[in-house]
Amino acid sequence: MNKKNFKNVFYKKKEKDNTKKILGFWIYLMSDCIFFTVLFFVYLNSLTNNYNKNFFNILYIFIETIILLLSSVSYGLSYKNIYINKKKLIYCLVTTLLLGTIFLLMEFFEFYHLISLNIKPQTNAFFSSFFTIVAIHGLHVLFGILWMLVILANILTNRLNKNDFLCLGLFWHFLDIIWICIFSFVYLFGIF
Amino acid sequence: MYKENKKVFIKNKSYLIGFILSFLLTIISFLSALIVKTEFYFLENFFFIKILIFVCALLQIFIHLIYFLNINTNNNDNIWLLFTLIFTIIIISIILIGSIWIIFNLNKNM
Repeated sequence: MNKKNFKNVFYKKKEKDNTKKILGFWIYLMSDCIFFTVLFFVYLNSLTNNYNKNFFNILYIFIETIILLLSSVSYGLSYKNIYINKKKLIYCLVTTLLLGTIFLLMEFFEFYHLISLNIKPQTNAFFSSFFTIVAIHGLHVLFGILWMLVILANILTNRLNKNDFLCLGLFWHFLDIIWICIFSFVYLFGIF
Repeated sequence: MYKENKKVFIKNKSYLIGFILSFLLTIISFLSALIVKTEFYFLENFFFIKILIFVCALLQIFIHLIYFLNINTNNNDNIWLLFTLIFTIIIISIILIGSIWIIFNLNKNM
């Protein structure tokens, strides 16, 4: 254990666990959860109509899922290093960042592929709800990546606030939970 | 320092357990979807597979909540997170069940 590195990371040397901040962020996440469930309900309503929906490649989505899961795990592994090792902490965050950007690019190329097949949000109700859900999840991932860049800059300049770090962790794991709902209810239910 | 570390953050082990369990569950749900795509019609209807995918998703959400988000009843501060989670589940069920109820009633009146 490097005591030298450990003390340098934080902005305030002895910061208490401000659980109110984390609770407030958690309440925001829960309101986001309600927002997403309403979107899912709209999507499941549009599933009952007989549109042609054989445009999804299952293997591609499987790879996307595994990438997001791995990024979530790598962020979780960085929790332990926050007190101990600065280098490992930075490596964990950078791998999370890379996996997140790969995920976002894969989502973007899927949209590009669909639009090149002349499937747009305005073609029918099924695809408009599909594009809405997946794009809003993608926007959340984009903002998570931006936030992670800020946290990385904070660590590099030794001005990390621990509660921010924990809140970003909550956000990132929450995005993974929403992705679980997306791949099982949007993509896999879309096959039937 | 070590005490604080142990108290606030759960060990790395829980992340690995959560990763392995959720990986297995994703493989199960994707394989069951592949069965539908390859059209082995040994199952009469796909109702069973739909339920399987749904159960896998629910289990995976619980695994994520327990192993990744570390929501448990041991810590006093975590209890409020649990309460808000239960509250949102109630709100979501009100929204969904209520809207389904209203729509069905409208269908009757039409």
